Amino acid sequence: MSTPLVEMRDIQISFGGIKAVDHVSVDLYPGEVVGLLGHNGAGKSTLIKCLSGAYKADAGEIYVNGEKATINNPRDARSYHIETIYQTLALADNLDAASNLFLGRELVNKFGLVDDDAMEAETRKIMGRLNPNFQKFSAPVSALSGGQRQSVAIARAVYFNAKILIMDEPTAALGPHETQMVAELIDQLKSEGIGIFLIDHDVHQVKALCDRAAVMKNGELVGVVKVDEVTEDDILAMIILGKKPEHLT
Amino acid sequence: MMNFAKKLIKDLGVDTRLLGMIGALLLVWLLFQYVTDNPQIEGTPPWWNIYAKLIDGNFLSPRNLFNLSVQTASVAVMATGMVFVIVTRHIDLSVGSMLGLIGMIMGTLQLHILPQYLGLGHPAIWVITVAAGLGVGIAIGAFQGWLVGYLTIPAFIVTLGGYLIWRGAAWWVTSGQTVSPLDPVFKLLGGGAEGTLGANLSWLLGVVASLAALLMLYTSRRNKAAHGFTVKPVWAELALGGIVMLLIMGFAALMVAYPIPERAAIRIAEARGMEIPAEGISLAHGIAIPVVIVLAVAIVMTFIAKRTRFGRYIYATGGNPDAAELSGINTRWLTVKIFALMGALTAIASVIASARLGAVGNDLGTLDELRVIAAAVIGGTALSGGIGTIYGAIIGALIMQSLQSGMAMVGVDAPLQSIVVGAVLVEAVLIDIASRNHAIRPATILFHLIMAALLITFFVSWTWGLLVTVLALAVTYFWRIIWPRSALVLAILAIVQIAIGLLFQNGGA
Repeated sequence: MSTPLVEMRDIQISFGGIKAVDHVSVDLYPGEVVGLLGHNGAGKSTLIKCLSGAYKADAGEIYVNGEKATINNPRDARSYHIETIYQTLALADNLDAASNLFLGRELVNKFGLVDDDAMEAETRKIMGRLNPNFQKFSAPVSALSGGQRQSVAIARAVYFNAKILIMDEPTAALGPHETQMVAELIDQLKSEGIGIFLIDHDVHQVKALCDRAAVMKNGELVGVVKVDEVTEDDILAMIILGKKPEHLT
Repeated sequence: MMNFAKKLIKDLGVDTRLLGMIGALLLVWLLFQYVTDNPQIEGTPPWWNIYAKLIDGNFLSPRNLFNLSVQTASVAVMATGMVFVIVTRHIDLSVGSMLGLIGMIMGTLQLHILPQYLGLGHPAIWVITVAAGLGVGIAIGAFQGWLVGYLTIPAFIVTLGGYLIWRGAAWWVTSGQTVSPLDPVFKLLGGGAEGTLGANLSWLLGVVASLAALLMLYTSRRNKAAHGFTVKPVWAELALGGIVMLLIMGFAALMVAYPIPERAAIRIAEARGMEIPAEGISLAHGIAIPVVIVLAVAIVMTFIAKRTRFGRYIYATGGNPDAAELSGINTRWLTVKIFALMGALTAIASVIASARLGAVGNDLGTLDELRVIAAAVIGGTALSGGIGTIYGAIIGALIMQSLQSGMAMVGVDAPLQSIVVGAVLVEAVLIDIASRNHAIRPATILFHLIMAALLITFFVSWTWGLLVTVLALAVTYFWRIIWPRSALVLAILAIVQIAIGLLFQNGGA
């Protein structure tokens, strides 16, 4: 197989003696969706935050495109084209869509000043692609619906040519129509060769959207399986019992 | 009518909050203009009296508006910095004490230290003094910001400590002695008869400011059109430009209309080597130098807020600190910068305040922190963070100062002045919350009914107060405003009113 887009080797993080992530290794290939599953507190969000730069691993290594990567903060992660859509969306509610989309990476004019008009124009372009119904460009995002806010958060990740996308429960707050839109978007991004880590609780959705599923329990990796080779019940058993299905062991 | 007004505001593209604040300011001004006139003339119709009172009042005279603009300057400068502090969910209680300490240091420097090396009256004294003041302000601010940002001590605690520490340090500088007189050039920065631009420069500043405002409107429109966004109708742009120009030139005209008293004018003319004609001389005040400083600060701060990354990160951090951090913003360093900026502005305010008095005493800046916070909050800055404007803070400072000097002019007792300013502060925030939620809560209505009844009980008579309570009861019953709880509250209120009536038997205080 080709070089993995991301390889996380032997990642460990403890919080005051509690091993939140214990010797976990996962990888991700171009055009692949890997689902991360587990109970609340299983360590999946903590693991993924090492990749997005929100946490720093105590031990272990991260390789991007086969080369060792140093990720100390969110800015580092972005420089490796790793983009994250957080469950909380991480939007500044008092700012408009364009300001949120470019937060930390504002477009500036030749004097180094924030160019709001240029950012709004770019936002209009990308939103026209992702969510053509979106019209509220000058309102603060607090005035937007859950789906509209989600599309702002997604636009932020997609706009900057993400190679690796982390989605933390992207459909948790969405209605059926919007969930469908996110699913279509994931398919489209896959076809563009982007690798996606998808954190989700919904086993049915993981079966539908993901190529492989990595299951964690109590900070440890239970196993990584191809979703075609297992049933939903097999995955559930991995989550609840922490055991790999017998026909794969 | 309402629809027409709404459409007009929408076409003009003006912020309704700005309009509300200007409306409140005008209301305060007209009220004081109405009550600060000469007694009513007998035998004229009432409408004529209202007109005459509004024309003859003393509040909106060039003289009073000039004084108002100078008195507001120091608090207004600090309020712009406090907006950034409060927007990022912090607070700075130390600015009044910092102002005092910086004033003491600058006073000692220009009176006791620099003349030893440069000679008394050296032209560089005021420059070095102001630079040193700015340095101290930035250093203190940055230190407090470091404690808040990197050591994560709550800003309330850090600056509460600073409030005590810097006031104590100010006493140390001269062992409590007042420093006076200050350098004559330094004193110009505080306004007064000499510290003004005079007629010609005031007009020039007015024209330059008007042209700059028109240019900004034009470039903004051109940029928006270049991106293909919908722009305001041309008449709206022209009307807006006209209003802005009228305000700027009107202010310049008012300031020029305030003449300098003859004796002072002669003194100034002599000092400038002008020839004094036999029939006497008339000089105009023009715009005061501290007001020019406020305008410059306001422009720079608005520019920072709207056009720089620093400003954008301030608002983003205030709206959602976690999101800001996840976007790669260094929120700790940002905190240091915000508090350092607050320190620099406090130093500027200290220059204005000490130069205006011509002396630095131990009490310089006492209670200023509360005035500054109140100005920012009246100007629409939300303590929950993320929301606040520079122009709002300046209008807030102006409203506060207008209330204070207006009441002093009318002769309202000092304790009552504090009560009114305090009530206005709370009311301003209440209105702000209501306007943000686009709905008035029933409890808000009940609160106002109770306050109205109490005010009438105290200032008119308890029988009228009781009548208002009964009316309030009817109103709350009719619209079921948190009924029946409001009935209970109003019934208790009625008992209190009757008790007041029986105890004092005088029908009011």
